[in-house]
Amino acid sequence: MPIISDPVLPERLSVQQREHSVSTLVVNKTSDNQKRMKDEQMEPTVNPLAGSHPKIVIQGMNFFYGSVQALTNVDMQIPANKVTAFIGPSGCGKSTLLRCLNRLNDLVDGTRIEGKILLEGHDIYHPDVDVTDLRTRIGMVFQKVNPFPKSIWQNIAFGPQLQNVRKKASLDEVVETSLKGAGLWEEVKDRLHASALGLSGGQQQRLCIARALAVNPNVLLMDEPCSALDPISTGRIEELLHILKERLTIVIVTHNMQQASRVSDLTGFFLLGELIEYADTKTIFTNPSESRTEDYITGRFG
Amino acid sequence: MQSFSLKKFLDSGSLFIWLCGGALSLSLLMIGGLLTLILINGMGYFWPKDLIQLTLNDGSLVLGEWVATEVIPDSESVEHPKGKKRVQLKVGNRDLYGLDFRWVDQADIVNEEYPSDVVAFERLEWGNFYGRIKEIQESETLVASGHENGMAVLFPLLERTNGIQAQIHNIEQNEIGELNHSIEQARLQLRALELSGETGVGERVMIETKVQELEALYEIQNAALIALYEKLEQFRITVVDVGGEEKTFQFGSLVKFWLPNGMGVYEKLFMYVQSFWGVLSEEPREANTEGGIFPAIFGTVLMVVIMSIAVVPFGVLAAIYLKEYAKQGLVTRMIRIAVNNLAGVPSIVFGVFGLGFFVYAVGGTLDQLFFAEALPNPTFGTGGMLWASLTLALMTVPVVIVATEEGLSAVPREYREGSLGLGATKLEALWRVVLPCAMPGILTGLILAISRATGEVAPLMLTGVVKLAPSLPLDSFFPFLHLDRKFMHLGFHIYDVGFQSPNVEAAKPMVYVTTFILVLVVILLNMAAIMIRTRMRKRYAGSSV
Repeated sequence: MPIISDPVLPERLSVQQREHSVSTLVVNKTSDNQKRMKDEQMEPTVNPLAGSHPKIVIQGMNFFYGSVQALTNVDMQIPANKVTAFIGPSGCGKSTLLRCLNRLNDLVDGTRIEGKILLEGHDIYHPDVDVTDLRTRIGMVFQKVNPFPKSIWQNIAFGPQLQNVRKKASLDEVVETSLKGAGLWEEVKDRLHASALGLSGGQQQRLCIARALAVNPNVLLMDEPCSALDPISTGRIEELLHILKERLTIVIVTHNMQQASRVSDLTGFFLLGELIEYADTKTIFTNPSESRTEDYITGRFG
Repeated sequence: MQSFSLKKFLDSGSLFIWLCGGALSLSLLMIGGLLTLILINGMGYFWPKDLIQLTLNDGSLVLGEWVATEVIPDSESVEHPKGKKRVQLKVGNRDLYGLDFRWVDQADIVNEEYPSDVVAFERLEWGNFYGRIKEIQESETLVASGHENGMAVLFPLLERTNGIQAQIHNIEQNEIGELNHSIEQARLQLRALELSGETGVGERVMIETKVQELEALYEIQNAALIALYEKLEQFRITVVDVGGEEKTFQFGSLVKFWLPNGMGVYEKLFMYVQSFWGVLSEEPREANTEGGIFPAIFGTVLMVVIMSIAVVPFGVLAAIYLKEYAKQGLVTRMIRIAVNNLAGVPSIVFGVFGLGFFVYAVGGTLDQLFFAEALPNPTFGTGGMLWASLTLALMTVPVVIVATEEGLSAVPREYREGSLGLGATKLEALWRVVLPCAMPGILTGLILAISRATGEVAPLMLTGVVKLAPSLPLDSFFPFLHLDRKFMHLGFHIYDVGFQSPNVEAAKPMVYVTTFILVLVVILLNMAAIMIRTRMRKRYAGSSV
């Protein structure tokens, strides 16, 4: 059973995908509504932005690498169409949490998860969930830029091709839309069939964003996307986030406090596997309620 | 100026660098020396050497090609004082002298000359003949006599007889070969009918009539063949050796002739190229010591190709399972150790396994099931191209597994995660991203496998290589590629010619030539694989400029 897609059908969906979404929507309509009502009644423990619709709800989550606990009792709600930043020192579990959101940690042997992660009210760790389908709904951009050693066109078309989009015309269209979405179209439109590895670092990272956009995700996870980039490329990607959040929910892990304060609407501070504080970014950076948060932000440790 | 300090010198690491450099240069020197030795000895064979006529102090004459001059070993008698030298000549004329080579003490030589009227003949039998032309006959009539006249008619006559021989060859190989094939097929059909126990008389009669028709055709072809042979026998040449002994042989047994002392450099060069090409393209003669080595080259290359086709998918699939799907633990560790050990098992062990398993067990069963009509003649139940290739594939599969596993490990984790993050299943990520990136590693494994397999002889001796294969594994009869046939192989050819030949001295150059060609084949096969790998690397490394 595929988990339910965004109830508000975005214009950017191709016809085929729209049909797909409609059908799932019809099938799941009632149960979906019931679920959502239930979620709203549940009074979330942490809700920094009351009133906004939560896209992802994390409930009492514990995560273990073998016997080592990496995350302890994480509860948070990630609102739709906002940028949520995870900050914290290295090894605090923020990347682990991010990778739990699209179940990439499944690949690591000996990991174990407790608690729930709900995407639009549906538990993504439910046995019936199709993981590959989930991952097309939750895109990911990695710290290390990783365009495939193929052409630019092939990189973007990779995702749609996995979903059996075969027509060259529709693939061309997806490539163009995605590259435009990532603000890369003007730079590469004349060399779509050149190797993606010939692009600069910043361009490669935007290509990875475009590649993630090509499968029409609702959520975009970004794991320190700018840590290997120069300030100008970083700036371009930050601008991009402002545009993308209109149609996507973005979760970004960053080591760069300025970046978190610039791009995010909400910020969660992690320390030793615990979510210390989660509030809107302005509060975190100007008036944190926890002294540990303040110490970290002001650079007293970490 | 600073004084030399040993400690400083040792600490600086220069000594270590010198050691490393020394080790590398020594290896290069050895490889270079090996190749040079093979090259000189192998390639020198084709150069038409001058014929020396020596007059000895007892008045006798010796004619031959100079081969070597050496100090006479262990001889300190009165007539052989220490330090005296002797000369080795290739005197040919094996039918007259019994031996191709002769040693002559330098002290015995009175005179040394290069007569221009001596002719060298290459013959199908008995090796070369060096001597002078006495007369040439057609039937009973004398066509020419003496050197001048003989040379004038020799070439056109040889052309004519070569034409007849080409006709004979055509009839033997194609016409009669095809008839024999059809008759054999019909025989097998009859036998199959018998085995099936059906008493289909009509069918039986039909096949028998067909056989009779074929046999009638065969008789016609055979008559034509006999006529051609008779025609060929009419042409004879009588030659006389330097000692005055006469020898008459048919033109049919003559391959070519040349005037060694009357040739210019360009003529010799032309002949050199021609002889080299002859070795590459012709079939062997005279217990493999003469003629060409084409079937051996063909067999070697075909075997390596079939082995590659078998070993790559097999090894790659095994490595993928071991690396990507199997749960890592004690069992996989043990399997890895076993695989590595398998690479070190002596090749003859694989040969024995190939004989026992492939040839007798698998091949024998195949024969029982599908080729029962040919029994007791084995079809697959005997050594052949397929079993030899599979045995070598088995021998080289550990190399491919190890290389593929390493190639898979070298693919950045980001590529896997990136493709999985886009909704690829594990198989899709593997097939579309990881495996293409691991391709250069896989090809490295293939290159190593090819290198090892091409040079391997021992397992082949048990699983399908023969001294002389009657026909190539590839021909015009269905199914064209006959994997059940035995074949010739360069490595075995070296062993056979060098150590099993009745005429070892004469075979020596052939050993070098074969060795040279074997090295060349290995290099060419590797180059092909390396070129593919480079192309792949370029594709996956992208253009950074």
